[in-house]
Amino acid sequence: MNAPGLFSQLLEVLIALALAPLLTGWVNQCRAWLLNKSAPPLTQPYRKLHKLFHKELVLAEHASSLYRAVPYLVFGCMALACAIIPTLSTDLPLSPAADAVALVGLFALARVFQSLAAMDVGTAFGTLGARREMLIGFLAEPALLMVLFSASLLSRSTSLTTLVDLFAHRELAIYPSLAFAGVAFTLVSLAENARIPVDNPATHLELTMVHEALLLEYSGRHLALLEWAASLKLFAYSCAGLALFFPWGIADARTPQAMLLALPLLAAKLTLGGALLALLETASAKMRIFRVPEFLGSAFLLAVIGMLVNILLGV
Amino acid sequence: MSAFLSQFINLLAAILLLLAFAMLSQRRILSLIHLFTLQGATLAVSTAVVGYATAQPHLYFSAVLTLLLKVILIPLLLHRVIDRLNVRWDLETLINIPTTQLAGIVLVMFAFYLAQPIAQISATIARGTLGIALASVLLSFMMMITRSKAVPQVIGFLAMENGLFFAATAATYGMPMVVELGIALDVLVGILILGVFLFHIREQFDSLDIRHLEKLKED
Repeated sequence: MNAPGLFSQLLEVLIALALAPLLTGWVNQCRAWLLNKSAPPLTQPYRKLHKLFHKELVLAEHASSLYRAVPYLVFGCMALACAIIPTLSTDLPLSPAADAVALVGLFALARVFQSLAAMDVGTAFGTLGARREMLIGFLAEPALLMVLFSASLLSRSTSLTTLVDLFAHRELAIYPSLAFAGVAFTLVSLAENARIPVDNPATHLELTMVHEALLLEYSGRHLALLEWAASLKLFAYSCAGLALFFPWGIADARTPQAMLLALPLLAAKLTLGGALLALLETASAKMRIFRVPEFLGSAFLLAVIGMLVNILLGV
Repeated sequence: MSAFLSQFINLLAAILLLLAFAMLSQRRILSLIHLFTLQGATLAVSTAVVGYATAQPHLYFSAVLTLLLKVILIPLLLHRVIDRLNVRWDLETLINIPTTQLAGIVLVMFAFYLAQPIAQISATIARGTLGIALASVLLSFMMMITRSKAVPQVIGFLAMENGLFFAATAATYGMPMVVELGIALDVLVGILILGVFLFHIREQFDSLDIRHLEKLKED
């Protein structure tokens, strides 16, 4: 393990932890503008986290130790996910530990424990939300795997850093299979991050919410950690999308000084991506929960076609 | 340069297939027409790019013809028809869409498998895309089979013609000009006749559901 690698790894994690609430704030701000509302300030998520960390913790009477452990576990999963996705540099000492398949596994681990915790206290809404979350999850995971596989077919490796190294530092080439994978990835990340066609992140109507229902019983620093983890998940998905489809400007092991340029570039890409996400969300309506299998089914099929096209065109 | 152009043609072919899939799973008639217009535009661009890459000026004519006919004239006619029939916001009752999509993916595999040996003996710039063209023909064909209303069937027919046209460009750099003009006029006349036909179906049965046509005599 060399010093620049360690530095870039630490920098990546710190930047993910610091910037993730900002990205959430930016998306919320864009949404408010598009809906013609007065927008909350960009720092609103930080204020919320600050407030929640200083609030008293209230635990349900029948909560087990699992319930108390889950916020830390989920937060840890998301932080690790942010650490293995190359955002600034591909020189990451942690990345050999986990490839694209393990990344999907990390998200699944967080989901399973969060759903268990929601069922743990035994309220009706928690159970309802947990079931819906598992329904969405089991449909989204194969689609996400297929997207990552169609990218892996091009790089002949499931390691994310190898993939980015190949895509970022080659001559410009168009891969049609990535067009399919890109559409599929957008659908999956909308579903996974509880965004509008599948779930409304701003809703407080118990009958329709999925992600919010899982957090319903949490309070204080536990809730703060889970909210932060949700921001980190959005950040991780955005960065994974950028790494797969727009990897230009990410530094590699030979040129650590390129990270100076990579940071503003990442900020610009995320700003644009967040605005696009808000636009996509305001342009579509929330669908019935029974339409979600169809939505994610098309994501899976598109990803599969991406792989087929890759084989047909033989690039 | 030529490698880049060939990749660009592959990308356009992939977009055509994507649009064919989107049409297969679309419920609203208005969105279907929008998707059809997009497909026509992609087709025009890809024809022009193949023409540029292989220095075949007659492909530019086909591209312009496609643009005029399939991006401007036919969508306009379709918009007028659905306005007059007042089916603009109609939702279609279909056999379940996920099943259709699964069948669609099997069709895509079949088409790719079928096109593989042909693509290997061909020497054109867009040879890899023959399988995609075949797949979009089959997908549009399936869309015609699974739809129960008349207007989506007409759109499926037109989309099938798009796929055939793309196959012709991909495999042989387009058909002779006379044939192409003939087909273009055929499609135009076809859509006019089908338009009249739609009004008649509506007048006769008070609905555009083609299941009414299955009965041979009135009871």
